[in-house]
Amino acid sequence: MTLWGKSASPGVVVGRVLVLAATELKIARTGTHSPDNEVERLQGALAKAKSELSRVRDRAASELGEDKAAIFDAHALVLEDPELIDAAVEKIRSAKVTAEFAFQEVAEQFVAIFAAMKNEYMRERAADIRDVSMRVLRALTGAEQVDLAALTEDVVLVAHDLTPSDTATMNKKHVLGILTDIGGKTSHTAILARTLEIPAVLGLKDATSILKSGDTVAFDGETGEVQPRPDAATLARFEKARADFERTRKEILSFKGLASVTQDGRALRLEGNIGTPEDLGILHKNDAEGVGLYRTEFLFMDRAAMPTEDEQFEAYRQVLASVGAERPTIIRTLDVGGDKEIPYLNIGKEANPFLGLRALRYCLQAPLVFKTQLRALLRASVHGQLGIMFPMVSNVEEVLAAKKMLEEVRAELQAQAVPVAPKVEIGIMIEIPSAAVISDALAKHVDFMSIGTNDLIQYTCAVDRMNERIHDLYDPYHPAVLRLIDLVIRNGHAAGCRVGMCGEMAGSPELIPLLVGMGLKEFSMAPASILRARKIVRSLRAADCQELARGALTLGSGREIEQFLKDRAPIA
Amino acid sequence: MEKTVTLLNEEGLHARPAGVLVKKASEFKSAIEIRANGAAKNAKSIMGLMSLGLEKGAQITIVATGEDEAQAVDAIAKLVADKFSA
Repeated sequence: MTLWGKSASPGVVVGRVLVLAATELKIARTGTHSPDNEVERLQGALAKAKSELSRVRDRAASELGEDKAAIFDAHALVLEDPELIDAAVEKIRSAKVTAEFAFQEVAEQFVAIFAAMKNEYMRERAADIRDVSMRVLRALTGAEQVDLAALTEDVVLVAHDLTPSDTATMNKKHVLGILTDIGGKTSHTAILARTLEIPAVLGLKDATSILKSGDTVAFDGETGEVQPRPDAATLARFEKARADFERTRKEILSFKGLASVTQDGRALRLEGNIGTPEDLGILHKNDAEGVGLYRTEFLFMDRAAMPTEDEQFEAYRQVLASVGAERPTIIRTLDVGGDKEIPYLNIGKEANPFLGLRALRYCLQAPLVFKTQLRALLRASVHGQLGIMFPMVSNVEEVLAAKKMLEEVRAELQAQAVPVAPKVEIGIMIEIPSAAVISDALAKHVDFMSIGTNDLIQYTCAVDRMNERIHDLYDPYHPAVLRLIDLVIRNGHAAGCRVGMCGEMAGSPELIPLLVGMGLKEFSMAPASILRARKIVRSLRAADCQELARGALTLGSGREIEQFLKDRAPIA
Repeated sequence: MEKTVTLLNEEGLHARPAGVLVKKASEFKSAIEIRANGAAKNAKSIMGLMSLGLEKGAQITIVATGEDEAQAVDAIAKLVADKFSA
């Protein structure tokens, strides 16, 4: 039987399954110990949980950074909470129940208090309390918890979902692949898997019930195909696919250090999209020629409060310094709302979050938040070649307002004698159709424009890319999208404004020739796609691509265009 | 001994500042309570503090009873004034 899931991270894997099951706990109400002994048991379990947490925290700090590790400090304090401990001890003595029974009841009471709170942030803490109490209960009942940090054999992790604890602690050397029941290409687990270059297929729905620990599984992270307990023929097919994948990977590595230039001498720039400073390793490994998009949202997510100016400065400084003075680093200002929930910003529920108060619109209405980020960016500008990019621009007025705020911040810093780079480029994302249509007007006010194809396709075709029911309508080949891209590039160049692209299309092998033909010179993509893109670019003649683009742009349907490109520019 | 102060930090009494307060309170022998909105919670209990759901601008009364009550109240008041910069 074949399972199909969402392709989350490429790679072909054949390996042994390790299922991370939700732990079944046996909570006995009464036992043979005296109340004093039960209290001792409780204290022992608390101590064990505390030292576990300390290890988890340290691992999280070294693998994911200090700010992601801080949540485990809060967990540790819960274990020392006198209200919790005193209540549990009291229950043990008065009701003469076991430590686990008492502790579970008391912990659940606290979980219920938090789960019922109005504030969303507080409700999320209920999950934290449950997580911590599970540690104690596991210690008390001797239930096994797979210690992902202690993996000694290569396994394919199969789980309902991977928690931050899991991804923080797992021994990556031994994780061959990841398969989950829920999640998709843009979920946290997917992004992490791609960053760590671990093949993954998510959203399988019932992987955890179909696969058992010890089973062999074969899967393809690119196609989303999963074969539990494959027969000999299937196994052979996957082994071949794996060998092909490895060979292609090695071959692609040979393009490191080569110039991204076409056969007829047109030089292009291939850059990487990153989310955190931790992505820098993968960025350099793939020989990126700069950062075309540093998504700053990750700094703001998964935490209790806004990152301080200094915290932001440190992250931006790190990236700028790593990329260096010779190559550009484009940092996008806060792009939140809609799907990315950040409780402490209190943006609140909206009927249409994708058409709502988000990204630049939100920032212009939240000057304290925006200016803090702008300050951190300008302070960091002395460490590299910074370009600041504003997301979700829909008109000229927004650009002018944002530029004005930036100038105010620069003046502030100057008055405080804080050094700022004399030239910081200012750019905008073109992802809303209105911006694409008036890109000639916008180009006059900025140094560069970067086309965000993911959202451009959504807004232009009126498709929610997460909605599986209309998935086919999300079409990168849609002539409307291609004509808008073409328009933006022409308008940009006419105004002496640089045009780049940072959406997924930029790294799509099938579309690169077309984009080169339209005159696109800057392509920013997932770092893992860069070398493959360079291989393609080096095989192209820009003049031929121009012909190709001219022809493709006369066609009226996505499928026609797709076929046209396939016929005329087959990618080896 | 008691003192009333106002929370000045952006995030209010979320996990990190609550943790800082609990750690400070635990340094003292006195029994310490934080009173706000008609409720009173043990200042050495992180869940107790967080369950108060206090935001920026909230007024809290620090109440301490014991041999080091004066130092305890002052130390915690200072934390609040310093916006819990750890």
